[in-house]
Amino acid sequence: MRTLRVISAIFLKDLRVEWRHRETLASMCIFGLLVVFLFNFAFEPAREESLRLLPGLLWIAFAFAGVLGFNRSFAAERENAGLEGMRLAPVDPGAIYLGKMLANLFFMGIAEVVVVFAASLWYNFSFIPSLGWFALATFCCTLGYVAIGTTFGAVASNTRMREVMLPVLQFPVAVPIFIAGVESTAGALKGDPIGDYSYWIKLAAGFSIIFVVLSYLLFEYVLEE
Amino acid sequence: MSSDTPHGKPALELRDVSKQFGAFQALNGVCLRVEPGDSVLLYGPNGAGKTTLLRVLSTLARPSEGRVLYDGADVHANPAAAKAAIGFVSHTTFLYGELTARENLDFAGKLFGLGNLPQRIVSVLEIFHLRQRAETPVRELSRGYQQRVSLARAFLHDPQFLLLDEPFTGLDAASTESLQVLMQCLRAQGKALIFSTHDYEQGKAIARRLVAMEGGKVRYDGPIDSAPQIGVRS
Repeated sequence: MRTLRVISAIFLKDLRVEWRHRETLASMCIFGLLVVFLFNFAFEPAREESLRLLPGLLWIAFAFAGVLGFNRSFAAERENAGLEGMRLAPVDPGAIYLGKMLANLFFMGIAEVVVVFAASLWYNFSFIPSLGWFALATFCCTLGYVAIGTTFGAVASNTRMREVMLPVLQFPVAVPIFIAGVESTAGALKGDPIGDYSYWIKLAAGFSIIFVVLSYLLFEYVLEE
Repeated sequence: MSSDTPHGKPALELRDVSKQFGAFQALNGVCLRVEPGDSVLLYGPNGAGKTTLLRVLSTLARPSEGRVLYDGADVHANPAAAKAAIGFVSHTTFLYGELTARENLDFAGKLFGLGNLPQRIVSVLEIFHLRQRAETPVRELSRGYQQRVSLARAFLHDPQFLLLDEPFTGLDAASTESLQVLMQCLRAQGKALIFSTHDYEQGKAIARRLVAMEGGKVRYDGPIDSAPQIGVRS
C-alpha cells in the first residue's frame, strides 16, 4: 500500500511539473509530427503505399519522440538532484522506477495519439476499423520501450553526453520491441486476422514484462553513484 | 551488536570507512560516532572529504570499504530505519523548480509516508519563516529562500540526525543568524547536528565538537574549545 502511494506521488509530481512547463510533451509531439510530415513530403505515398510505409514510419516517430521524452524526464530530476532527494527517503528504488515509468508511459501515450491522428490526416488513412488491435499492439510495444527508456534515461542522465548516450544505449536493446511493433502494427492496419500477427503482440508483451521486472529489480543499482 | 548510546538512543557510526572515486581517495579509514545531542563541525580545506563523509552518512554514497551503522545495524542492509532518522541538506536543494515550496514539502512528506502531513507542512513553513512564500514556485525564490525550503524539507520528518553541507551558503546575514539560532534550538532539543562550513567562527558558535579533516582523513576529533590552531586553516 505504501509502495503504491509512493508510485502515485512520483507519477503525480511528474505530471504537475510537466503541466507547469509543458516542455516534454510539446517537444515529443512536435518532433513526432515533424517525422510524419517529412515522410509524407518526401514520399507523397498513394493509399496502398501509405499502408506499407505507415507501420515503420509510426515506430520511427514513436522511437525518437520517446528519446526526447526520456531525456527531458530526467533533466528535471538532474537540475537539483531530485533523484537523490527521493533516495534519501525510505522508499523502494523500484517504486521510484515505477512512478517515473508510468509518467513516461502517460506522456508517450499522449504523443502517440497526436502522431497517429496527424498520420491519419496527412496519409488519408483511417485507423478506426483496426483501432482495437492497433491500440493493443501499440500499447504492448510502448510499455516495453518506455520500460527500458526510463532505465537508460536514468543511466544516461549521469553521463556527460547524455543526449547521445540514451539512444546509443537504448536502441539496440529495443530492437525486438521495434520489430514486434512494426509487424503487429502492419498486421492490424492491413486488417489481417489477429491470428496472423498475434505472435508479435505476445512477443512484445513478453519483452515488456521482462524489461519492467528487470528494471524494477535493478533500478537500485542505476541510482547509486 | 547495538551501538546505542548510554541514554538508549541509537547512534550513527562510521567504521573504517574509505571511499574511492577512480584513483582519488576521498575518504581514508574514517571512524566517527555521532550520538543524539552531538553538534559536530566538519572542518577542513576543499577536497578534505567533508562532503563525501556527509553523503556516506546520509546513505546516498556507499563506502568502498568499511561500514556505516545506525543503531548497530548496517545502513545499507536495512536503510529504512536510518533514512527515517536522517535529514540531509546538500549543496543541491533536492527541490523541483516548477513546484511551489508547499508542493515540494508535500511530495517529500509522501515519500517519507508521514501522517498528519498538512499540519507538519504548516509547522515547518512557520519554523523556517516561509509562510508568505509557500505558494511561490521554488524557481522564483531567491537562493536564500530556496535554502530555507531545502532545510524545511530535511526537517519535515523530524529526523534525529541532521546533516548539513555548508548550510550558510547563499544566506544573507538575517537568514544566517536565524539558521544559527535554529541549529542551537535543535541541539537543545537533543538532535544531532553534523555540519560543514568554511567559516570556523560561525561553526564554533554552534558546535561543541570539531572533526577536522584533511586528505580524506580525520586529523582531529574532540571538543571544539580544546582544538589548538585548527580553526585558522581552511
